[in-house]
Parts: sequence; structure tokens; C-alpha cells
Amino acid sequence: MPELIPLMVLIPLIAAALTVIFGRQPRLQVAISSTALTATVAISAVQIALIDQNGPAVVAVGGWAAPWGIALVVDRLSAIMLLISAIMLLGVLIYSIGQGVADRHRETPVSIFHPSYLILSAGVFTTFIAGDLFNLYVGFEVLLASSYVLLTLGGTGERIRAGVTYIIVSLVSSLFFLASIALIYGATGTVNMAQLSVRLGELPADVQLVLHVLLLIGFGIKAAVFPLSFWLPDSYPTAPAPVTAVFAGLLTKVGVYALIRTETVLFAGHDLSALFLVIGSLTMIVGILGALAQADIKRLLSFTLVSHIGYMLFGIGLATTLGLAATIYYVVHHITVQTTLFLTTGLIERTGGATSINRLAGLLKASPLVAILFFIPALNLGGIPPFSGFIGKVGLFMAGAAAPSPLVWIGIAAGAITSLLTLYALTRFWNMAFWRGKGELKGYESVLIESLQEAPEAPDASVAVKTRTVPATMLAVTAGMVALTVALTVFAGPLFGIAERAAEDLKTPAFYIDTVFPGGVQ
Amino acid sequence: MNASMTLILLMAVMYASGVYVMLERSLTRVLIGFLLVGNATNILLFLMSGRPGLGPIMNDGVDAADISDPLPQALILTAIVINLGITAFMLALIYRSWWLAQLGAKGDLIDDEEQDLEDALASAAELRRSEDDDTAIHAILDASDEHLDATGDVDDTARDADTDAAELLAELTALDVPTDTSPIEVQRSEQAGRDGTDDTSPRDGSS
Repeated sequence: MPELIPLMVLIPLIAAALTVIFGRQPRLQVAISSTALTATVAISAVQIALIDQNGPAVVAVGGWAAPWGIALVVDRLSAIMLLISAIMLLGVLIYSIGQGVADRHRETPVSIFHPSYLILSAGVFTTFIAGDLFNLYVGFEVLLASSYVLLTLGGTGERIRAGVTYIIVSLVSSLFFLASIALIYGATGTVNMAQLSVRLGELPADVQLVLHVLLLIGFGIKAAVFPLSFWLPDSYPTAPAPVTAVFAGLLTKVGVYALIRTETVLFAGHDLSALFLVIGSLTMIVGILGALAQADIKRLLSFTLVSHIGYMLFGIGLATTLGLAATIYYVVHHITVQTTLFLTTGLIERTGGATSINRLAGLLKASPLVAILFFIPALNLGGIPPFSGFIGKVGLFMAGAAAPSPLVWIGIAAGAITSLLTLYALTRFWNMAFWRGKGELKGYESVLIESLQEAPEAPDASVAVKTRTVPATMLAVTAGMVALTVALTVFAGPLFGIAERAAEDLKTPAFYIDTVFPGGVQ
Repeated sequence: MNASMTLILLMAVMYASGVYVMLERSLTRVLIGFLLVGNATNILLFLMSGRPGLGPIMNDGVDAADISDPLPQALILTAIVINLGITAFMLALIYRSWWLAQLGAKGDLIDDEEQDLEDALASAAELRRSEDDDTAIHAILDASDEHLDATGDVDDTARDADTDAAELLAELTALDVPTDTSPIEVQRSEQAGRDGTDDTSPRDGSS
């Protein structure tokens, strides 16, 4: 049923319009947006089942055939990304509803939140189903424009400051993307990805290199790849917890998705895998070293987010089927775990009244459930054996060992070190915030603590461990998310299976081309 | 493909100046830089459409080779619309940021609140000054009381005045306003002060 595909974008957009119309009735807004996102989860679940059986689906928008009209293409990779992002968006929405109902004096005007959030969803889905480079650009712009609104919700001083950095960096990356589309069109005369796959390969190698690198810069900024990642830890932590969660989970992965498409469909014949391996290792190490120096959990998590993008770059850089399969699995794992961790941070902020290691203690007694909800995804991200983080990392390392080269071994070493340091950073936070008694907080002095960077916007350093109750909805959603991260382990077999099939499709660009042009490319 | 040299030069100049202006600190200049770079990119898209030709409408007798390429124009149109929306948002953001900067370290206070706080602090200072005057008067009165006590001749009217003054003094000390109280407390005590003593506040009309 490929007719369902456009609904993934249409439903959130129509719902966004409705939530604007009913801006003064918060309950109706909540009903509309949660129904819309539930529908997208259902549609994407149906799609993934159908597409895994029958192969990819193509929709020619408006009935215009592919090279002339815009093609929407959903292959296995797109279907996986659609399903996982739809689930995340719905979960975070319910969490934010729970939070919004509980916070009476909130800084977030709810009437703006729902439409922006739904348009963000529409933008994310558009990028995943785009079969056309310019449509991909439009999808990016839609999700970025609504992310600007979400990041600066309430317009407080620090959010404006953080938002300005984020917005200007995103604008520059969009301009890079647009300029590379212009040059690619000039060189090939098309923006259809399947057609590009053929025509870009026919260009001289040096022209290919320029176009390839231009696209990579644009996507690299969005995916927060090391030299282009400086903006992320400065802008994400100031937003409200649910917004940060969805940004951390999805927005960078949209960039990673675009990178995977670039490497497999567009420039399949042009090999930059050495660059990916080097940049991947650097992203892992530099990111995690940044995380070690943070006292604030939100900033710490933002740095681990950057560092774990490195694993995905490593997998893309391997350029083997197994490497891609492991990357896809890792993307799914990372979206879930990172979103869950940021949601748990929201719970910590509510329970403890702070997010800094220097002002939190004794939360284990205050709220044992939150302690468990943080501990499981933290171990997961660190790559402790039973969890999906371990499976993803082992998958990547095994794929690397199957295609050995000095750079790959360096990448594996960097990955192992990053994994350990992630575990160290997160368990250190857990020990300080949850395990240490309240009494230890006051007189606690340590060289380690002093050397940690405080967030610049940290409020007064008075030691105050407040404990408040957390709304049941927020707890339930976070618990559900944690259960999902565990389910990624339990169902790792089938999931890795579909990731492998997706990777096989990706490794043969002819497959994608045949899907869009069943009769061959003109 | 033959492109117009003028357009290429224009694009290059716009890119160069746009990037230069974007590196400034001021947000308004960053926005101008973004507009320049964005439109330079649009010109780049336009340049990629190849040589100019007839309008892209197929009629009888029109050779497909003579018409210009419509796709880049459609792309430019989309890009312009997106840039317009982003510019509007950026302007709102810059305005908000300027507004917050005007308030300085006071952050997110609304103008009226800020004015109220200033007024409250001013009248608190005024109150403290008048209180000092009262204390001086009391000192004089006490001195005269002592003088009367010493002579043994107690005047009834003087006694009454003394008790009145003592009550006033007690009231005033209870109202003593520390400098670092929150604006609400200052306002409250200022209100009480106005009820209890002569109106020394300079802003009676505004209350």
C-alpha cells in the first residue's frame, strides 16, 4: 500500500494546522496531536512489515512519473527510520503532555508547542521518504525551522543566546546543502537521487570529489561530526527536557541518514571511506573527552551524543554490507537510548531540582525508580553486554575486523576507549547524584569535582537538594522507553536481520535505481 | 553551457561580502550576511540553468532546445520562500535578543516591573531619610523632657507630645527597611509607611 506513504507527512501537517486553529483549547490540542502521531506510528509499522516482504515502495507525487515529478521512495532503511522516529516522537509528546500538565508556571507556551512539534515530525518524515535531493532539502528546512521555534520556546535570555548559535550554524549548513544541490544540478541536470546515482558516477573524479565533499559538509554540520560539532553541546541543553530529547534522538540521526544515502546511493562509486574512518575516530575521542569534563548532565549527554555519532561514521566508512547493517542497528539503538537518557534527565531535574553533579545527591533514596530508569540506559549507552549498545558496538567491531586495515584497527581502538569512557562518565554521574548520601554533598571536596566545568548558565551554587514528586505520565513514558531499549536487545535478531537486508539493498545502488525507474533510466 | 559573466561576478561579490558581514558580532549584520549569501546561492542555482531561452511553455513551433530550463527557477522560488520565512523568524529573534540586552543583567523583567522596583527603592530611601529626621527631633524632645524632669515641673501637654512621638518612633523602627529586600517587601513597607507617617514619597500621584 504505497498510497499510505504521503500520509506520514500529510497527517502531521494537517494536525498542525488544526492545533493552531484550536490554540485556546489545550485538551483538544493534546487529543489532536497524540492521535496524529499515533496514526503515523501505525502507518509506519504497516509500511515496515509490507516493505520488508515486498520490497521498496515508490510514490510519484501528483501522478507525475519519476524524472519529472517528485518521487517518494521508502526502502527498508527509510522504513526502519520512519518507524523508530515515529515511536520516539509519540513517546516524547506524551512525556511533554505529562510535564505540561504538571508545570503550572511553565515557560513553554503550549499553544505554540504542539504545532511546531507536529511540523517537526512532518519534516523528519519528509527527509526519510524523499527520493529527490531537493525534496530532502525542503524536509531539512521544515524540520529546522520548527526546531528553531522549539529551541527558543518562551524566549528567555539563555534560550535566545543558545538559539542564535544553533540557528546561524544550521542556516550555514543549509546554504552549503543548497549550493551543492545547485552545483550537482549544473553537473548532471537532475536532482532525482536514482538518476543522480547513475549520472554522478559518469562525472570526472575531481568534479565528483568537490560535489561529494560539499554535500558532506552540509550533512556533517547537521549530524554534528567532529570538526563541525561545536554548536551542539552549546545549544541543546538549554531547551526544555522533551525538546532536547527529541532533538538529540532524531535531528542528528537525520544528518546521519543523509550521510548514509550520500555514500550508498549518490556517490556509490566514489570512495571517501578513509576520510570517514579518520573523522569517525576523531569524533568519538574528542566528543567523549568533552563529556568527561562536564558537571552538568545535560551537557555531558550532549557530548556523548557527539561522540557516538563517530560509531556511525565508522560503520559508514567500512563500506561493507556488514558495516552498514551494524550502523543501521546502531542508529536505531542510539536514537532510543539517547532520547531515553534525556527524558530521564528531565525526571532528575524534577526530582532533584538541578542537573549538576555538584548539587545533586541522595536521589537513590528520594526516588529509586528514577535511579533505575537512568541506570539501565546509561549502561546501555556504555555498551555493557546484555544491552543493545553492546550488540551494536560488537557488530561494528566485527564488521571492522572482517575488513581489516590500519585505519579500521585505529577506529576499533577508539571505539573501545570511547565505550569505556562513556561508561565512566555516566556511572560517575550516577554515583554522585544517586548513590552518594545527601550529607556528603555539603563538605564534598575533590580535585575531580573542582576541575569539572560548570555550565555557564548555572544558577546560584547554593547546595539545595529538593525532592518533588514526578507526574505518573512522565514516569510511565520513561519506563516504556527504557523497556523499548531493553526490547532492542531481546529482538536484536530480527532487527539485525532487517538491518542486514536494508544494508544489502544499499550496497547495490542498481536496486534503488530499479525501484524508482522500473523501465531503466533515460 | 555558457553562463553570464556578470551574474558570476555578482554572485562572487555577494558571497564574499555576505560571509564577511556574517562574521560580525551584531546579529543584524549576521542576518544581512545570511541574506546576501542566501541570494548568492539563488544566483548560483540560476546560473546552473544554462543559457537563457524562451519561456518554458510548449507551443506549436517551439523547439524544446530554445526554451530555458524551468527546474532551477522552481528551485529558486522554493529557496526564496524558505529564506523569507527564516528571515522573518530571525528578525523576531533579533528583536527579542535586543530587548533582552536592553534590560541588561535584569534579564526578563517587564518594563513596568522594573520601573516599579526603581520607584519602590527610591521611596524606601526617602522614608529612611525622613526617619532620620524624626530620630533627630526625638533626641531634641527627649532632651527637653529631661530638662523638664530636672525642674520637677511636668507639663501635661509636653507629656502628651512625648507619648505621641514615642509611638511614632516605635512604628518607624518596626518599618526599618533593609537595602537588599525584595521589591515586594519594599513596596509593602513603603505602603505601610505612607499610611503611618506624613507622605514623604515623591510619587504620590502614581500610586
